[in-house]
Amino acid sequence: MRLVAEHLEKRFGSLVAVEDISFSAEPGAVLGLLGPNGAGKSTTVSMLAGLMRPDRGTVRVGGAALGVGADQTKRCLGLVPQELALLDDLPTRMNLEFFGALYGLAGRALTLRIDAVLELTSLADRALDPPKEFSGGMRRRLNIACALLHEPQILLLDEPTVGVDPQSRNAIFETIEALAGAGRTLVYTTHYMEEVERLCDRVVVIDHGKVLADDTLQGLLARAPVSNMLTLLYDAPPDAEAIAELERLPGITRVELSGLELGVAAADVGTAAPRVLERLAARGFSCRELTSRRANLEDVFLSLTGRSLRDS
Amino acid sequence: MNPTVTAFRALVRKDLALFIRDRRAVVVSIVTPICIAGFFGFLFGGNGDNTPVTRVPVAVVDQDDSALSKAIVADLGADQSLAATVMTAEEARGRVASGKLRAAIVFPAGFGDGAARVLAAGGAGGAVKPTVEMLYDPSQSLVRPIVEGLLTQHVMRQVTRDAPPVPFTLKSSAVISGPHYNSYAHSFAGMSVQFILFMSIDAGVTLLLMRQQGVWRRLRAAPLSRTVLLGSRVVGTTLIALAILTAVYLASMLIFGVRIAGSVAGFAAVAVAFAVLAATTGLMIAGVGRSVGATRGLSIFAALILVMLGGAWVPAFLFPEWLQNVSQFVPTRWAVDGLDAMTWRGLPFHAALLPVAVMLGWSVLFALIAVWRFDWEGE
Repeated sequence: MRLVAEHLEKRFGSLVAVEDISFSAEPGAVLGLLGPNGAGKSTTVSMLAGLMRPDRGTVRVGGAALGVGADQTKRCLGLVPQELALLDDLPTRMNLEFFGALYGLAGRALTLRIDAVLELTSLADRALDPPKEFSGGMRRRLNIACALLHEPQILLLDEPTVGVDPQSRNAIFETIEALAGAGRTLVYTTHYMEEVERLCDRVVVIDHGKVLADDTLQGLLARAPVSNMLTLLYDAPPDAEAIAELERLPGITRVELSGLELGVAAADVGTAAPRVLERLAARGFSCRELTSRRANLEDVFLSLTGRSLRDS
Repeated sequence: MNPTVTAFRALVRKDLALFIRDRRAVVVSIVTPICIAGFFGFLFGGNGDNTPVTRVPVAVVDQDDSALSKAIVADLGADQSLAATVMTAEEARGRVASGKLRAAIVFPAGFGDGAARVLAAGGAGGAVKPTVEMLYDPSQSLVRPIVEGLLTQHVMRQVTRDAPPVPFTLKSSAVISGPHYNSYAHSFAGMSVQFILFMSIDAGVTLLLMRQQGVWRRLRAAPLSRTVLLGSRVVGTTLIALAILTAVYLASMLIFGVRIAGSVAGFAAVAVAFAVLAATTGLMIAGVGRSVGATRGLSIFAALILVMLGGAWVPAFLFPEWLQNVSQFVPTRWAVDGLDAMTWRGLPFHAALLPVAVMLGWSVLFALIAVWRFDWEGE
């Protein structure tokens, strides 16, 4: 089922939280909403989930306009909130019974669905324990399980891995990939570019409530002003004159000094690395360590906004 | 079953399950009012059966040692309302000052002769009246007129021994519709109202916490109307309030002999109306409140004012008249009065109708304020 956001706008007083946001999410794919904290992702998700009425624009679920309140179109949607929205004092199974019943599930159908989501999230052996006894990762998995009970065709995941250990994060990723493989439409909001790179087929970059880019991962990476980043570690930081000389070298687009670490954006590692090492060595700066990597979404975001995703 | 009904039932069941699993809440809501109401009921006279009359402990100092003073001291000692002990003036003053005695009566030397001279003069003047000193504890101001009255009564009886007796006999009869007055009934009404209000504050604050924790966001993501979400909350809290009221009154009946001497249906109607009032109070708190800490603090303060003005601690008939009039506008006053009417006052069903109507009126107002002020889109 297709989810379409058409020209969404939301204001809180004089603050424009979301301004003219449009995109679509397709079945069997994961759409990433990437942006720093405060970019407008959660407000967008609230409108996509029918929690908040847009001031302007429409959300379409399978072609039908989505409303708020008791709108039955919401049955097609599952929301995994950023918060651990669980009843901590009730056993896991009772949590699932409660959240399933909100969508009208009862009796044997509910029992079967509970067993299925417990299996999917590897929590079957802890069904009688309350979430307050769980680790952060297990609570996150239960948070997802609660949204899957009514078998929504579209799943909205709002920063679902906050505070999760790497092992649980992988388990969550596998669940999401399995759901996409089963033909579900997934919208995944995060400010972690690694998660987007791992999971998302298409990425919408949001900042200050606006869409900055909407493309496939490959398409976005192709927009990066450079294809490679060199990182050089020195015992003493190169001086301003040395950095200015590096910036004048052909094929080098950006030089940044952070402490003892020098970052150099270059079109080609093979030609840039020897030149940089040679010029700095000539000025008496001896490189202790050299690493290189391909450009990533961080670089794309930096080129789009002039700010780092992590620092925003 | 209709999906909305399934969801509504699940929402109500969730509230009940969370309350039952919270042992602290159960203890605070049920055991605490039983203990406090039992204590207050005992202080204010118990259940009226074979309760010994509380005697006022006083000292009597006889510095005269005349026949008249001896006779009066003997009368005071025999009075059922007093626990009179003869002692020296110094000792009496010390014991009143330390709060061990409520008052002391000092007959000065020459009291008998002086009184005889005044009587012989027949009010013609010239004879100086002897002074009987009374020392009293200012924290027990109600005791002073009682002791003064009893002293006057015993003195007059001795000095007018040959006069004709008082030409009437006084018979005091308690007038209530029920079998007899039971002060536990009032204290249980007051404490039930107080602790159910506290529970309703918790219910309101829990809703604020649900918003903070994202559970409310998840509930709103489901295809449920505001009526279902808030209505289920009212029903859940109403059922919890009724459960508390039932448990507390069962204990009051089994342990303290409280009886529904009036209409049982009237009692049930008052109980349901008050439970609805408590539930909508909680909803209004959730609607108006913003931060959990401040909302809890302010709500408890407001609830204490409401129960105080409602006569939950001290019966409203002891208030000054203007305060009694003001308290008519306090919804808890109607709850306490309604419960009193159906228990120890033993009044019929129609006496419950006005309290029920007033409480339901307040409930509608509180619910409207809650819906008006509720921040639906805020997270």
